[in-house]
Amino acid sequence: MKRTLFAFAFAVFAGLPALVAAGQNGIIVEQAWSRASMGESRPGVAYMVLQNTGSEARILTGVETGVAMMPQIHLTTTDANGVSQMAPAGDLEILPGAAITLEPGGLHIMLMKLKQPLAEGENYSLTLVFKNGDNVEISVPVLSATARGPAN
Amino acid sequence: MISRRAFITYLGAGTALLGGVLALGWWQVDGPGADRPLPAALPLPLSEMSFAMQDHTGADVSPQGLVGKPSLVFFGYTFCPDVCPATLSDISRWLSELGPDAAQLNTVFITVDPARDTQKAMAQYMGYFDPAIRGWRGSLAETDKAVAGFRASYELGEGPDYAVNHTSSVFLFQADGRFAATLDLHEDPAQALAKIRRVME
Repeated sequence: MKRTLFAFAFAVFAGLPALVAAGQNGIIVEQAWSRASMGESRPGVAYMVLQNTGSEARILTGVETGVAMMPQIHLTTTDANGVSQMAPAGDLEILPGAAITLEPGGLHIMLMKLKQPLAEGENYSLTLVFKNGDNVEISVPVLSATARGPAN
Repeated sequence: MISRRAFITYLGAGTALLGGVLALGWWQVDGPGADRPLPAALPLPLSEMSFAMQDHTGADVSPQGLVGKPSLVFFGYTFCPDVCPATLSDISRWLSELGPDAAQLNTVFITVDPARDTQKAMAQYMGYFDPAIRGWRGSLAETDKAVAGFRASYELGEGPDYAVNHTSSVFLFQADGRFAATLDLHEDPAQALAKIRRVME
């Protein structure tokens, strides 16, 4: 409870936008968004910023959501020749006071095997699974198919 | 006793040799010969490429057909969740920034996954983005010829939900079909627009 209060106080203090979810373990999630899905069979994607306001490192091991059968955290890398590839990102450690950004062309949550379309204007629930068991549930707004970031 | 002239020659040769050794060392350690991927060769002019495809409306298209206007061309696949839609969004934005001038530009998305990206899938997908962007699709053989012409590369992954590694840069060509520059996902939008405007002048 103390930590939640602290996280809340931090959010207010830092003037963070309204789309903030704070977990028991000091993890603050902001700027979450998904691109509207395009067709039935194409994978969806989710992006966000995860901030660790706690005093201990947190390890994000995966995600769960009702909208996809196979949600996975992936990393896109682009080599010196401009060739991009995606691979599972594995466990992600967020040090105290640090943040990780999931954004186009880098880390992202890939929603494989969508069970339902992600329609612009809707929200869906997604759980960030942490190694210490303190999971964080967030609501992800679905933006347009051509959205480029949380602001649009 | 060596003559003065021979001494100068030896000195000159010695200096040149030392310079050469230093240059070789720099080349191998810090210079272009260092152990890192060599930059890919430049794309051929569009007029010298050879491949035949159909666009997402079913019309026959070729690289020669792009000559006459500056062109933006890039590779991707419609099941790509991250880089491709972001690139298509960027391009849609650049086109809207260009306003009426955008009509003076060809914009082409070439799929490297023709097995899943049927013409129907391409038509549906292109509908999400700026209508000026054309989606091209060809047989695997023609796709390979296109990729070779752009000095690009791709590699199909495995499994039912395979991903495709592919060159994600956007290639910019002058109106005469010669390669001008590449634009990439992390490029500052203002800079990308400046590059595009430069080839449109």
